[in-house]
Amino acid sequence: MIVRIRFTKHGKVRFTSHRDVARIFERAVRRARLPISYTEGFSPRPKMSFGLALSTGHESEAEYLDMHLHDDTLVRADDLPPLLEPVLPIGITPVAAIEIERPYTSLQEAVNSCTWLIEAVGLEPHALRAALDRAMASHELPITRTRKGKEETDDVRPAMLAAEFVGPTERGAQVIAELATHPRACRPAEFLRALDPSLTEGHVVRTNQWIHDGDVRREPIELAPSPSGHATERVS
Amino acid sequence: MTSVWASLEPHLASVQKPARYIGGELGALTPHPKPGDVGWLLVYPDTYEVGLPNQGLQILYEIVNERDDAWAERSYCPWTDLEAVMRREKIPMFGVDTHAPASEFDVIGFNLAAELVYTNVLNTIDLAGVPVRSADRRPEDPLIAAGGHCTYNPEPLADHLDFVVLGDGEEAIGEITEILAAWKRSGRTEGSRTHVLRDLARLEGVYVPSLYDATYGADGRLIATTPNDPAAPEVVGKRTIADLGDWPYPKNQLVPLTEVVHDRLNVEVFRGCTRGCRFCQAGMITRPVRERPAEQVRHMISEGLRRTGYDEVALTSLSTADYSGIEQVVEATVDDSSPGCWDTSVSLPSLRVDAFTVGIAAQIQKARRTGLTFAPEAGTWRMRQVINKLIREEDLYGAVDSAFSQGWKRVKLYFLTGLPTETDEDTLGIAELARKCVEVGKVHNRNASVTASVGGFVPKPFTPFQWFGQNTVPELRRKMHLLRDDLRRSRGVQFKWHDPKATQIEGLLSRGDRRLGPVIEQVWREGGVFQEWSEHFDLELWEGAMAAHGLSLDDYVHRHRTEDEVLPWDHISAGLHKDFLWQDWRDALDEVGLEDCRWTPCYDCGACTGYSIEHVVASATPPAGGSQGTGQDLGSGGGVPVELGRRPAGVTS
Repeated sequence: MIVRIRFTKHGKVRFTSHRDVARIFERAVRRARLPISYTEGFSPRPKMSFGLALSTGHESEAEYLDMHLHDDTLVRADDLPPLLEPVLPIGITPVAAIEIERPYTSLQEAVNSCTWLIEAVGLEPHALRAALDRAMASHELPITRTRKGKEETDDVRPAMLAAEFVGPTERGAQVIAELATHPRACRPAEFLRALDPSLTEGHVVRTNQWIHDGDVRREPIELAPSPSGHATERVS
Repeated sequence: MTSVWASLEPHLASVQKPARYIGGELGALTPHPKPGDVGWLLVYPDTYEVGLPNQGLQILYEIVNERDDAWAERSYCPWTDLEAVMRREKIPMFGVDTHAPASEFDVIGFNLAAELVYTNVLNTIDLAGVPVRSADRRPEDPLIAAGGHCTYNPEPLADHLDFVVLGDGEEAIGEITEILAAWKRSGRTEGSRTHVLRDLARLEGVYVPSLYDATYGADGRLIATTPNDPAAPEVVGKRTIADLGDWPYPKNQLVPLTEVVHDRLNVEVFRGCTRGCRFCQAGMITRPVRERPAEQVRHMISEGLRRTGYDEVALTSLSTADYSGIEQVVEATVDDSSPGCWDTSVSLPSLRVDAFTVGIAAQIQKARRTGLTFAPEAGTWRMRQVINKLIREEDLYGAVDSAFSQGWKRVKLYFLTGLPTETDEDTLGIAELARKCVEVGKVHNRNASVTASVGGFVPKPFTPFQWFGQNTVPELRRKMHLLRDDLRRSRGVQFKWHDPKATQIEGLLSRGDRRLGPVIEQVWREGGVFQEWSEHFDLELWEGAMAAHGLSLDDYVHRHRTEDEVLPWDHISAGLHKDFLWQDWRDALDEVGLEDCRWTPCYDCGACTGYSIEHVVASATPPAGGSQGTGQDLGSGGGVPVELGRRPAGVTS
């Protein structure tokens, strides 16, 4: 049985890396005594796969992982969040789980875009607003970035699907942006660089991951709409 | 209670591996101290990855936090990138649990496990906002303390440490806490620091360096280190807990959120070792042997695995295969199929060199048979008699044969070079042994590979080799090159060696005296931190600082000491009689081995008799296949001819 789990990452634990989170889940699964399947071979590992890596330091409302449980298990997908929560560190909270049918597309492949709440530091709010309007009105926004050790100049404008000014923060201002992950991904820091080279990243939260299906987009696991809108409150 | 978290957090995204600074591990505690509670900041003076797994620190962290009059947090050295941020932003040293600044604590206690961290200790004291010299500290400053193996010669840090705890800390930390609580109640007034240090000096196992004066002769030799205060005893002895079964710690081993070394469950199965290897300080200073009851070991393993989610448990001690009933413990762990314990692997970090030990290893490493490590330490039987590591060649070949026949693909062998009386024949014996091990392995595996890892020998206090003049850097390098050249065409042998320059400074600090305080300080002030990291180690800083203070590296490191020489640690006691150590040194030079006293009559080294305690060993018979002399015919030693080596200068026969 393949189960997809949605979890959040907030507070101090956001400084753990993607690999750290994978290791944390491996141990949590053992502590919760879940009937997980192992990979074959020389050094068997629990069968788990994680979606798009979240940069160390970023928070998230919408992280995902798929895990393979024994087919004959009595554990149901709904049982997993309450079973895992007490064995995960403070700040990593499983919020929902669904069983997914085979054959299935991996999270890495399936997800086309993410929505981010990005704190931009380095420009006055009105200047940021202007930079944002300019960027979204342009047809091309080339930036130079290092990929696999090589400097490349790419146009990131096609990956900027939507962006909106939210409001000032203590250190700068907040922007909400939907950035594509396929075919070429655009990270929040690259997005800011494309707006203005003087901008740096403050506090960043991934709020959603999206699977596009024609004109329709949906999340890998949809949550019941929350009455308070975006959960942007910081935990730490 | 205050916290530096708010000022630290904005910078964490821009430093390497920020998860090292956030705390929040499984097993981490959140202290809520009441006014008057004694605060301990327990520091491992190296990076988080190296320090977090340290069991000694975790044991004391739990014991202090279980008390209702004290609290403790943990701290590790910030890497250089965060240190720069902390200095720029004026963020003080902090505990990782609640990020309380160092100034909130009454004591900052360091675990000294290696000499090369001494400059990190000064750096940490400075980052804590405390003057680095004891003499400059004010009543409001925390006391600076240290424990751990290096404190058996605390003299190089005598100017910087307020007090030192020798030996096992489990009981002493409670007694110290009570004295500090009284000090706090008294209001820590002007001049009270001297009083509290005097009270501490009256405790067994506590050494207060400022209550002693070292005097030197016109020739520069130490004359004596004597008390300058009636509260200070002539000789300070170590603390020893009689029964490990009374201290089942850590009960809640920390499980880190990020990668660290030795990332597994650790269960200490015994403390102390009486194999009597003459180079080994740990074996000498932790006597007698105290085994943990088997039932408690099993409980700590099953509870620990269930609680932590680890899939690997290490049974820790010196020479772990000597534990009575090791087979039964290993069997019970591997066969335990209760929930949470499936697929568990066991590791024995300290393997004895014999086929029996490999048999146990085979039982526990059912999968992943990649590499197995043994430490024969020396290349010839003669040399191994000198160091009293009585492994016959047939023991080693038996172990290696057993390893390759059971599917291991690599064997790693640890050796020391620069040992007393070592000749080039002994050094080259390392290459010969490694080649023969490859031959033995090839019977089972065409691609059998043997790694020979060679380190330079550093004489340590409270060992029979404490009088021996360490080999110079050129001499160690010459021996390493001898081996490298000899092994160049030996297929299947990989040769690895340690930097003799760092070995030299380890030797300097290991047997140094109080005059090294200003040297360590200068190296630190010139940026010499993380000296145990090869990318940071800088010999020139040390050479410069020694010269600036008119001291000779050669005299401290390479000179043989004589029997009548006063040693800087003569006012410290590890329980061992100095004449026992001298006799053992003479036996070493005569190539006379000494059997393990766990199973043979007592040699009166002093460790048991001086403390009215005894070995706690569940079985009165030596373990099966035990090498190291016990019950074996050592006449031939594997057919290697015995030859007398040159006597070191300064030692007459």
